[in-house]
Amino acid sequence: MLYLDVNGQRHELAIEPDTPLLWALRDGLKLTGTKYGCGIALCGSCVVLVDGKPVRSCVMPVSAVTGKKITTIEGLSSDRSHPVQQAWIEEEVPQCGYCQSGQILTAAALLERKPRPTEAEIEQAMREVLCRCGTYPRIRTAMKKAIALAAAKGKEA
Amino acid sequence: METIKLSRRDFLKLSAATGGGLVIGFMLGGCDRQTATSAQMPGASAAEGQFTPNAWLTVHSDDSITIRVGSSEMGQGTLTGIAMLIADELDADWSRVRAEHAPADKAFTNPIIGRQHTGGSTAIRGFWNIVRQAGATGRELLLQAAAQQWGVEPSECQASKGEVIHQASGRRLRYGVLAEAAANLPVPDKVFLKEPDEFVLIGKPIPRLDTPDKVNGKAVFGMDVQLPGLLTATVARCPVKGGRLKRFDAKQALAVPGVQRVEAISGGVAVIAEHFWAAKKGRDALHIEWDTAGKDGLDSAGIEAQFKAAVDQGLLERDEGDLDKSLAAATKTLQAVYTAPYQAHVCMEPMNATADVRADGCDLYVPTQGQTSSQETAMRITGLPREKVRVHTTFLGGGFGRRSEQDFITDAVECSKLAGRPVKVIWTREDDIMHDQYRPATYNLLRGGVDAKGRLVAWEHRIAGPSILARLYPGAAKDGHDRTSTEGAKNLPYHIANLRVSYAMSNTPVPVGFWRSVGSSQNAFITECFFDELAKLAGRDPLQARLELLSEHPRHTGVLKLAAEKAGWGTPLPKGRARGIAVAESFTTYTAQVAEVSIEKGAVRVHRMTCAVDCGRVVNPNSIRAQMEGAIVYGLTAALKGPITIAAGQIQQRNFDDYPLLRLDECPDIDVHIVNSQQYPGGVGEPGVPPAAPAVANAVFALTGRPVRSLPIRLGS
Repeated sequence: MLYLDVNGQRHELAIEPDTPLLWALRDGLKLTGTKYGCGIALCGSCVVLVDGKPVRSCVMPVSAVTGKKITTIEGLSSDRSHPVQQAWIEEEVPQCGYCQSGQILTAAALLERKPRPTEAEIEQAMREVLCRCGTYPRIRTAMKKAIALAAAKGKEA
Repeated sequence: METIKLSRRDFLKLSAATGGGLVIGFMLGGCDRQTATSAQMPGASAAEGQFTPNAWLTVHSDDSITIRVGSSEMGQGTLTGIAMLIADELDADWSRVRAEHAPADKAFTNPIIGRQHTGGSTAIRGFWNIVRQAGATGRELLLQAAAQQWGVEPSECQASKGEVIHQASGRRLRYGVLAEAAANLPVPDKVFLKEPDEFVLIGKPIPRLDTPDKVNGKAVFGMDVQLPGLLTATVARCPVKGGRLKRFDAKQALAVPGVQRVEAISGGVAVIAEHFWAAKKGRDALHIEWDTAGKDGLDSAGIEAQFKAAVDQGLLERDEGDLDKSLAAATKTLQAVYTAPYQAHVCMEPMNATADVRADGCDLYVPTQGQTSSQETAMRITGLPREKVRVHTTFLGGGFGRRSEQDFITDAVECSKLAGRPVKVIWTREDDIMHDQYRPATYNLLRGGVDAKGRLVAWEHRIAGPSILARLYPGAAKDGHDRTSTEGAKNLPYHIANLRVSYAMSNTPVPVGFWRSVGSSQNAFITECFFDELAKLAGRDPLQARLELLSEHPRHTGVLKLAAEKAGWGTPLPKGRARGIAVAESFTTYTAQVAEVSIEKGAVRVHRMTCAVDCGRVVNPNSIRAQMEGAIVYGLTAALKGPITIAAGQIQQRNFDDYPLLRLDECPDIDVHIVNSQQYPGGVGEPGVPPAAPAVANAVFALTGRPVRSLPIRLGS
């Protein structure tokens, strides 16, 4: 039996320890917001946050993350209020939407680490997540908006 | 107002002529929050006789409105676009509108395709009139219901934002309150469609309805379907094209915890397990022998040699003037060979499908572009009649033509039939890339001539390549012609007096399919780049040379001028940069693009793409912009990134390491400019692709002086 701390809840899972975190989340916990795209850590659709850092869940054995705090897209906010989600909505980023969990969590992790990233840092972080629909121009615009929204939120708080 | 007169009989006749029952309905009473299913609208399949509820829309008693959309949402915005057309004519309160995928039903037949199918950039232009009439019929009935209640003439009433208003008395009734009465009224004799200046939603950048569920993981894609007792399967497919299963040993696969069965199916060997990871490990543990005798010699060089040998034996597609004479008389001539490689679709969501086959029926939960085809696939495998096969369309994690195919649906239906339980089949990324139906590779011989005054007087384009139609609809290609192979070449818009286009069908075991913008995706590259070569031969500016030969084509001219103006065509650029321009018509939409490129570290860097698009009347400018942006990125991947190649009968690429896609840091700035047009709407999902590759290639040609004659663009080749 394995224990996973996902989105602030402790889960018990009867699963082979070599199972990638991605499939533990999807098939074990039915948290399907985290997506399978390549299985070899190249596309970023499966990104989740482990202790706040973006991790490719498709190559992360579930046994390696027991006891760590895992955040999936379902746990980023309860009401789409995270600045990145807000910016994504306002800039109408998603097309098919399949990669967007990975995009949003990657963006959120960057802003957590670096509230005012440079353009180069944005490019560097966001190049890690593939989008076949080509939402890249809107991701760039939405990142700027998310930075501003997060800053405004910080001031309020 | 535009009056559409419809007697009840005509109304139904019109429905029949467009292949479906044009029906709207009002679902009422205690069950009004329940989504209508095809079983609840039997009349949708009846040819005549009655007004049947619930094909396109439901007005609920709480004023909310459900719109059912027959096209598949694969990112292009069709749920929002179709809903806008209906809601506008219905005068609905947009904030109360939700859209969902319709079941498979002939009411939703795409009139351009003749089936319920999403492809060919046809949703808006196919349903433009049908769904607006559906919405207008709803409005008319609600107006009548209110007028009856008030004892006034319907003409004294107005509909607006989900209410009927009687101006004279100031009375108002909400649609929800009127729904029950409206449902009991007969179909009106005539419906009024709005004049464009009366549109409330059409033409506005309305936010997409599906965005909120796509930022929190809530949107359900095929991959995400959950059912009680659901099993997951992977399928081992023969890596060699045309090879077959000889034998397999399932012992080790069955020993993997969670694996339940291993079965031969038409697609290969299926490992059916409790969850994906077991199915994947089980497949890795399989021992399979494939029969590849005589099939393992196929390779890319051999295929190109086959095309080359065929290219001079093509069938005439278009022949004007006297080509040979004009070439002989030309002052300067040029001959060039252009090639385009196979390309894979690579939807971000790998292929998958879920089927629940039972003795009494079959439910499909599928990310499909073709509801009718999916239904018929299940009918064929299960022997069930059409009405027993229900299709539940999920969100599609990309489509691009790939999800028109039936291979992944077939897998799921066969597996569920064998297992006697619902089964989700998941393809790995490797399966997805190695077992695609690829954009056709082609080999093209071009000849052109200019006269002493620098005028383009001769153009010949010989195409050799495989036929998509020959694989999918052999009857449609048995005469050796395939319009999908020649589109973008046969309809060359330039006024050239001596012009010949031929096509030599040359099929191979590599399956080919519809890939976003199909023939135009590569023919635009070939024709627009060869055009620039001839313009240079004639010493002409590429834009001016185009405009002079397009005097009969105002829409091509319009987008060219707009793109050129917005891109600053002809204005100085920093050293080391150059521009290229290209134009194409596809799916009745006109698109021109200007690329600005440089060469950095030996590779092409695209800095900026300026796009002008004339897609006729604009339904949602936000969606059009998004589709142009996305199509340009799609086109740039094909222009700049790795091709699909074949060796020893196998596709050599497997995943994103050897089949890379454009990444964000390689994406240019993209500006989209939409022509204000009153013309009938054109397609939007695909037409942004064709000009992207030639615009970039022409910029590289301008920068280096060396023409780009094959894709992907390799400098120095």
